[in-house]
Amino acid sequence: MKALQGVKVVEFAAYAAGPVVGKHLVDHGATVVHIESRVRPDGFRTHYPPYKDNLHGLNRSGLFALCNNDKLSITLNLKKAPQATDLAKKIASWSDVVIENFSPGTMKRLGLDYETLKKVNPDLIMLSSSNLGQTGPHAHHPGFGSQLSSLAGFTHLIGYSDGTPQMLYGPYIDYIAVAYGAAAILAALDYRDRTGKGQHIDLAQYESGLQFLAPILLDYQINSRVQGRDGNRDPHAAPHGAYPCKGEDSWCVISIFTDQQWKSLCSAMGNPVWTKESRFATLEARKQNEDELDQRIGAWTAQFMGREIVKKLQRSGVHAGLVNSMRDLYSDPQLQHRGQWVEREHPEIGKMHYQCPPFILSKTPGGPEKRDPLLGESNDHFYRELLGLSEKEYRELMEGGVID
Amino acid sequence: MVSEEAQVGLLSSFRVLDLTDELGFLCGKILGDLGAEVIKVERPGGDPARLIGPFYRDLIHPEKSLYWFAFNNNKRGITLDLEKAKGREIFTRLVAQSDFVIESFPPGRLGELNLNYSALSRIRPRLIHTSITPFGQTGPYSRFKASDIEIMALSGCMSLVGDPDKPPLRVTFPQSYPWTGSYAAMGTLVAHLHRQRAGEGQQVDVSAQACLLWAFSHAHTFWDLNRHLETRAGSFMTGRSITGAKMRVFWPCKDGYLNFIIYGGEAGRKTNRALVDWMDSRGMAPEFLKRKDWSSFNIAEVTQGEIDEMEEPIARFFESITKKEFFVAVIQREMLGYPVSTVAEIYDDPQLKARHFWQKIEHPELGASLLYPGGFAKLSETACEVRRRAPLIGEHNEEIYCGELGMEKKELEELRRAGVI
Repeated sequence: MKALQGVKVVEFAAYAAGPVVGKHLVDHGATVVHIESRVRPDGFRTHYPPYKDNLHGLNRSGLFALCNNDKLSITLNLKKAPQATDLAKKIASWSDVVIENFSPGTMKRLGLDYETLKKVNPDLIMLSSSNLGQTGPHAHHPGFGSQLSSLAGFTHLIGYSDGTPQMLYGPYIDYIAVAYGAAAILAALDYRDRTGKGQHIDLAQYESGLQFLAPILLDYQINSRVQGRDGNRDPHAAPHGAYPCKGEDSWCVISIFTDQQWKSLCSAMGNPVWTKESRFATLEARKQNEDELDQRIGAWTAQFMGREIVKKLQRSGVHAGLVNSMRDLYSDPQLQHRGQWVEREHPEIGKMHYQCPPFILSKTPGGPEKRDPLLGESNDHFYRELLGLSEKEYRELMEGGVID
Repeated sequence: MVSEEAQVGLLSSFRVLDLTDELGFLCGKILGDLGAEVIKVERPGGDPARLIGPFYRDLIHPEKSLYWFAFNNNKRGITLDLEKAKGREIFTRLVAQSDFVIESFPPGRLGELNLNYSALSRIRPRLIHTSITPFGQTGPYSRFKASDIEIMALSGCMSLVGDPDKPPLRVTFPQSYPWTGSYAAMGTLVAHLHRQRAGEGQQVDVSAQACLLWAFSHAHTFWDLNRHLETRAGSFMTGRSITGAKMRVFWPCKDGYLNFIIYGGEAGRKTNRALVDWMDSRGMAPEFLKRKDWSSFNIAEVTQGEIDEMEEPIARFFESITKKEFFVAVIQREMLGYPVSTVAEIYDDPQLKARHFWQKIEHPELGASLLYPGGFAKLSETACEVRRRAPLIGEHNEEIYCGELGMEKKELEELRRAGVI
């Protein structure tokens, strides 16, 4: 038994912001239908590496796989109105939840906005996830999370104070909005059970993302301080950073907030003479001589393997950790202990590691069971068995290119 | 005046006991944003996280932490010493009336106090007990001590940030805490819906390390599929072309930086065309860019040579404009791209103003009202907003212990003297 068994979700959605909400729901047992069309497949299938063996193909994308395990993939060419619109409404009536992340206004143009769908499914819950929200002067501006993360202030906080901004790899802010979107849907489902009322959720990824920066927004408002980027430094700690270890591009991190932690670190290093100097005696002094402090710590860590250092420091009660590489994540003992990765065979990708939820439910644990679907793979099963189209209807819709 | 009806939230009928530190603050706040009645349970004297800066007018004081204000609004606050037997007894009485307990004690600590999930679920079988820790309740790292930078390191995030010839970097303002709190809220609500439907409570074991795996999207899948290792690339984006070409993301302009990426796909081609038109209107578009056949431009197969050739004139053009000019142009010309905003510019954004994002909340104790980031979403039938400021230390002791738990004022006074409250 999984927690969300029986919940029916439809995604008029592509890329990350919509489908990853569905991914978290499907991981806990919901039935999630991912709608694409052959004329316009999910952009993650077409435009975003990696592809298995670097060979481009609709069913070879690692990113699509990551976001869509266990879902049903059906095709529906929404440009084929009115049949496509009618079919889309029928699918919306079947569902408890519709997730869409088109640019605002698109669902309305397609005749599939919340007000319209509510007429065919009065207690529908619909999540519209967009860059900047469904309303407002910039609502229609198109955008991707990799750039919205800059408008929302994140990238200004990454890098060195005298260097260019940097990014945290991809559409960082999209995955913040994913957690908020899923939380809102789940609460709305319970509310609907109790009151009979559905809900439209207008989720601006921008506004979700800004929640994470609330303290420094207030800091600007009240203290006129504009928080910037400062490498790995932290005002409350020294040392606080990444230090080289033995091996190629191998690093560990150490953070020292209290005098006790500093004493423990010194003792773990064998109490070298330099640690007795007044320049390093207090947090304040260490902050003032932090460049030299970092060099000294780095000279010590460089003599050892990262794992040895982390083990030693953690034993002495010092905050420390390895900088895991993308490769290391698959063998990290803690992630393995939690069963973070589920290996499944995919007909075109081969072995793929699908990702488990970051939380484990004690009685109804979630996680991937099946690989991601090939484009249109679930048409037969969904349209005939779940939606209940007759053989004739189904054949006609296929012949007309509505189901393409 | 907002009507009674409009103040109802999705979770209005549920009570949450929030015993988290900064790792879990946002979990309770999100439940509160959705209407739940959240009670922050602090140790007598207040939570040590009240000393996390920044501070109101830079005054270091446990009731002036802006960090606390930001992540503990929509909560009431009581103090209670769980180290004392009487404190534990009162806590179990609260649990009997609550729907959620969220906590971030080191694994095993609540067991020592006889307040772990198995103990609490005997008092309240339908309870959802969410445990939020850096690495999870069990396993080889479960006893590891970690602050933000260790979580960012062990989740892999840092390996993707920084210059190739310098150490890996974290984000300067801690990100792992809100990531963990928000994903914990999702997990809590998965369990909640199941509880509501199947009648069964359970424990939700959240790992910060695992939450942060989503922060870098899919960088790890390059290793999984092709044994290619994505790593830190400074201000460039990698992984968008199978040739290994990297695209510049951050470009200096007159007064800061811009985020612009040469994309493919429909939106990318449209953007590239619009940019070249804009450059051309200022006489800054070279012939080869004007003649480029964007319809056949395929970002997934582009080479570094092609990218470098295109980026050179674009860089010169961006150096001649301001952030504001760029922002206005991307909106008008429907181009992809945004300025690299600072917190100052975010407060001025017309879109946020038009959507009434900012919410004015009174702080009578400061004689001031502050403008908060408002609800994370707009819901058609229910409220999602900041309803109350964060609690002062023990602010609601009397209201909750006497008003709701039925204690006599005298008893409360005794508990205060005994240091339980």
